[in-house]
Amino acid sequence: MSRRNALSANQAAAPLFAALGDETRLALVSRLGDGGPLSTARLTDETRVTRQAVTKHLEVLARAGLVHAERQGRERLWQVNPQKVHEARRYLEQLSKQWDDALERLAAFVER
Amino acid sequence: MVAETSNRIEKRIFLRAPRSRVWRALTTPEEFGRWFGARLEGDFRVGAISSGGLTIGGFEHLTLELEIAAIEAEHYFAFRWHPYAVEADVDYTSEAKTLVEFRLEEAPGGTALSVVESGFELIPAGRRSKALESNDGGWAIQVQNIARYVAA
Repeated sequence: MSRRNALSANQAAAPLFAALGDETRLALVSRLGDGGPLSTARLTDETRVTRQAVTKHLEVLARAGLVHAERQGRERLWQVNPQKVHEARRYLEQLSKQWDDALERLAAFVER
Repeated sequence: MVAETSNRIEKRIFLRAPRSRVWRALTTPEEFGRWFGARLEGDFRVGAISSGGLTIGGFEHLTLELEIAAIEAEHYFAFRWHPYAVEADVDYTSEAKTLVEFRLEEAPGGTALSVVESGFELIPAGRRSKALESNDGGWAIQVQNIARYVAA
């Protein structure tokens, strides 16, 4: 990856984890992952928060690139962007694996 | 749910070694470097940065930098870093660091160690390997996996 590409990719993806760091937003992404597209109204029915709050959360997710909407009449239909979700997961998985390896080495080091 | 409980990696491991031994392996730079895979020297001091080259095969061109955040004898050790900043041609210095915390507890026959890395919401998620596979379905499951990580 060239440095320029890396920087622009970073800028584009920066809000990803922040967007996922909220229970309601996480639930919305999960729900859309189970089956979309779904309208704002439908998503509101399935949560305990107001439609206004759900709209705000969806817009945060959309800015992070995790979901997108298509207008259908007066409603917006929301869908997950799987690639973005995948990126976040892969990143954490890699780090998690590297910690497993490091801790194995620590165990071997202190237990000998 | 608050920011502190999201976006973190949490590990627990039982080590068959006395707590004082584990503490030394974590907080003596030379020893830390030996299991972690880096050349570190001197002492860790709160507020100071310790750095040295990685010794892990394939990563020898990279430098490990630990900004020591806390040293509380035999019980809590923490530093900030750029988590596995593995691409040499990327300048990570402008990125926020994550916080890595080690907690030690005596346990029968050894030491219970927990490691928590947090603060991922502050750093770019775009730091991904070129090996990122294309997504060909099954992503509802991936969302659940993310949920496990970030809602833990």
